[in-house]
Amino acid sequence: MLALTTLSDVDVRDAAESDVVAGLPARLVARPTSPEQVSALMRAAYEDDLVVVPRAAATMLHWAPRPTACDVILDLSAMDRVLEHQAGDLIVSAEAGTPLSRVQEAVRASGQRLAIDEVVPGSTIGGLIATNLSGPRRVAYGTARDLVIGVSTVRADGVMAKSGGKVVKNVAGYDLGKLMVGSHGTLAIVTSAYFRLHPIPEAAVWLRATAPSPRSAQSLVHQAVHSQVVPAAVEIDAHPTGETTISVLLEGTSVGVAARVDRMATALGATTAESPIGDLGLPGTDAQPLLKITSQLSAVTEIAQTAVDLGLHVRGSAGAGVLFAAVPDSVDIVRAVDILRAESTAAGGATVVLRGAPDHLDAWGPVPALDLMRSVKNRFDPQHLLSPGRFVGGL
Amino acid sequence: MSNSSTPASARLVPEVGLGSVDVVRARLARELPPGALITDRTRLRTYECDGLLLYRVTPALVVLAQDADMIQRAVRACSDARVPFVARGSGTGLSGGALPHADGVLIVTSQLRTIREISPDDQRAVVDPGVINLQVSEATRPGGYYFAPDPSSQQICSVGGNVAENSGGAHCLKYGFTTTHVTSVNMVTPQGDSITLGTRAPDAPGYDLLGTFVGSEGTLGVATEITVRLTRSPESVQTLLAGFRSTDDAGAATSAIIGAGIVPAAIEMMDALAIEAAEAAVACGYPDGAGAVLVVELDGPREEVEHEFAQVQQMCQEHGSFEIRVAADDEDRAAIWRGRKSAFAAVGRISPDYIVQDGVIPRTALAAVLREMNELAERRGVRVANVFHAGDGNLHPLVLFDESIPGQGDTAEEVSGAIIDLCLEHGGSITGEHGVGSDKAHHMPKMFTADDLDTMQLVRCAFDPAGIANPGKIYPTPRLCGERPGKRTEPHPAQLAGQAEVF
Ligand SMILES: Cc1cc2nc3c(=O)[nH]c(=O)nc-3n(C[C@H](O)[C@H](O)[C@H](O)COP(=O)(O)OP(=O)(O)OC[C@H]3O[C@@H](n4cnc5c(N)ncnc54)[C@H](O)[C@@H]3O)c2cc1C
Ligand SMILES: Cc1cc2nc3c(=O)[nH]c(=O)nc-3n(C[C@H](O)[C@H](O)[C@H](O)COP(=O)(O)OP(=O)(O)OC[C@H]3O[C@@H](n4cnc5c(N)ncnc54)[C@H](O)[C@@H]3O)c2cc1C
Repeated sequence: MLALTTLSDVDVRDAAESDVVAGLPARLVARPTSPEQVSALMRAAYEDDLVVVPRAAATMLHWAPRPTACDVILDLSAMDRVLEHQAGDLIVSAEAGTPLSRVQEAVRASGQRLAIDEVVPGSTIGGLIATNLSGPRRVAYGTARDLVIGVSTVRADGVMAKSGGKVVKNVAGYDLGKLMVGSHGTLAIVTSAYFRLHPIPEAAVWLRATAPSPRSAQSLVHQAVHSQVVPAAVEIDAHPTGETTISVLLEGTSVGVAARVDRMATALGATTAESPIGDLGLPGTDAQPLLKITSQLSAVTEIAQTAVDLGLHVRGSAGAGVLFAAVPDSVDIVRAVDILRAESTAAGGATVVLRGAPDHLDAWGPVPALDLMRSVKNRFDPQHLLSPGRFVGGL
Repeated sequence: MSNSSTPASARLVPEVGLGSVDVVRARLARELPPGALITDRTRLRTYECDGLLLYRVTPALVVLAQDADMIQRAVRACSDARVPFVARGSGTGLSGGALPHADGVLIVTSQLRTIREISPDDQRAVVDPGVINLQVSEATRPGGYYFAPDPSSQQICSVGGNVAENSGGAHCLKYGFTTTHVTSVNMVTPQGDSITLGTRAPDAPGYDLLGTFVGSEGTLGVATEITVRLTRSPESVQTLLAGFRSTDDAGAATSAIIGAGIVPAAIEMMDALAIEAAEAAVACGYPDGAGAVLVVELDGPREEVEHEFAQVQQMCQEHGSFEIRVAADDEDRAAIWRGRKSAFAAVGRISPDYIVQDGVIPRTALAAVLREMNELAERRGVRVANVFHAGDGNLHPLVLFDESIPGQGDTAEEVSGAIIDLCLEHGGSITGEHGVGSDKAHHMPKMFTADDLDTMQLVRCAFDPAGIANPGKIYPTPRLCGERPGKRTEPHPAQLAGQAEVF
């Protein structure tokens, strides 16, 4: 008998047909309601040597490479409460399964927001931390990495541990929150987190300008990014056929934004718009493989040009150096990744296949300091029971 | 199913054993140019402490590195011989982070002062670890950019030290701490490997080891080259100095400003005693009779700054400011900041001795904490001057005392410790920017459980299984890396054998 199934008061059931991770069926689904239950479940799983994959809203559970095994899905959707909102201190904390939209709702009444774009509808706090999801506003506010100020976690062996805290300024001990961000559920289970908030600006206006190609949009991007008008976002959207669009977001006071919009519009030859192209969403359809390409700022338009020349639809943050590209069926993904990986690496970045990597393609590509990452993984999860095989270097 | 390359059982083997620094000295004497090695007792004493003068230890050996390769050679020699090493930048740290190890090597980076690259187009600069913070801004400002983290020590502290401490400064309320402004670090691991963390671009794939390294106080290795993010120079800057009758009034004004959704570049507060000290030192001409002053700075696009600056002035008035001085030009602005930035040093003018504390509280607890702090000081018969980053609740109480009066030093230390407890009671932190170092390791268990600290040690053990990188800092009694986590029953055999005390 598995220790996991004998826990009293904890919801553990056999997996249903829909409980799969990237196509891999799970055996059990556990649905804890508290960090203590997560701890008990992890302890039991550790004892039984069971592989655990955390799941929140499952909006993008299928994205990373398939895990090498999946005994238990740890379903965090019942841990969905906003725990604390201190408006005067501009902080909020919420459980891992809380949808971002619910956090936003809770703080909006005080004129505040968690400055993370909801790029994929339904995203939860745990999923956001695990994937370091980001959208256009990262130019002004950074990503989850920059906004998380404290995390509570449960380790693979069931031990509960926290780092950071509820004050913005804090250098006591290691910043393990950062280590959790982007770790794709392979280091520990995040049970809750504290974030810093920002005031909702009085006014927000998008501007749009177009150019025939990414390469010819270079000067538009350069002007927007290096402007003292301080854009909150500089987005690029480019198709193999059709124009390249540059969208610029200005946020601030009504008076200030009106004047800044005028100046930026004149400089770029831009017009105001309701939203950026495609709102905040990712390019392509859900069925298409998706790449994330990062580079130094000065190389963004050239890399976008390469992607477009290869037949990809590119969209992303030209102001941060982060592009997403959708790969249509007609394009050889292996060749495209090869070319883009070489170019982005030379420009100080990387190319990662977020979704839909064929089995023979390394989704993550070469990663510096991999040996050290491996030893961090081995310390946190010596048995490799947390989402094994999903992460860099097969971790 | 388990594809771990290190089986769990291997972790049970303790990795301990302290080698002799004599072996390292002999090896480095062969491997390094003569000028790079300091062995002379008198010169070694130059490095016996950092900005926290309270603790002094003479290092056994100092390496004055002239390039990254020398750092690597020094660390390799330490690693092979299992000898502790401590990195040191400019030695301005206030928590004893760069306090040397008596039987170890101090690796000094202060000669590594080359700015390798400035690229405004990429908003990046690449610098040696010993480059002085302010020099980065001076070198990049002509191209329209600067390096945002600005500790008050920016004229002397090194970027390597900033990275190790995750330093803050007056402007990090709006712009964030050092960690937001570093995208990549070349470092030598405690095992002597030279590796790169992060990339020039954001979101490097893999674990965010860089984010963990920043703020690790030299316990995870030595930074040899740092890529920093540059910030566009603001089009407009406006600074004001507002005098208030009390810190309560100044605090209320601060809350009003933040509550209105304004994010100033800086909001700094000084209380009456701190003003007195600053006046004595630099005659900054702060408003007469002020019980508190606020320095508020806004920066950004011209129109935004103008609009919000008017609001800020009004809010200061509404909350009792009796005098507001607006800087008309850069010179005025410098004068306003001079008083604030000299405050620490200035306290020496009004008190023979003082302790700088560095605690954090949720900003809304400010009034309560200041009141309780004053009661505490009064009860114990010492004075406390306050200079702090009001916007983010980072307090720097200066506990004044006179060492020549028997017992006062001890009392001041007790008060200083009690202030930390006060911060924790209000949900804050034991340090906002100066770090834990040697000074506050004993406070860590008040903020974190044994399990929390053990978990941090997992990272330490991954980087530094032999525990030779700046041992004794940050963590009160870190366990040996080979031990099973979660079971702490008796002293480790190696400790009993007298081999492992340093860890
Ligand atoms: C490899 C990968 C890369 C992605 N990159 C991007 C990107 O760059 N940009 C973008 O817009 N979107 C990205 N996404 C999409 C992003 O995952 C979703 O938008 C959203 O954040 C997922 O939220 P969710 O709550 O539905 O999580 P789920 O889909 O349920 O889970 C997502 C991932 O997070 C892990 N996870 C969930 N909760 C926890 C927890 N509490 N503790 C630890 N791990 C947990 C899961 O195991 C899984 O690996 C990425 C997704 C993946 C899998
Ligand atoms: C008057 C005064 C005002 C100050 N004001 C502020 C302030 O406003 N904000 C603030 O945050 N701090 C402030 N400080 C503290 C101090 O200046 C900072 O912590 C600074 O970052 C230390 O830099 P340093 O080069 O002097 O480092 P050091 O004191 O030499 O070292 C500090 C720590 O960093 C480690 N270290 C140094 N170099 C490296 C390296 N290359 N690789 C790895 N580890 C390394 C050391 O081992 C040590 O643990 C102030 C100090 C003084 C004296």
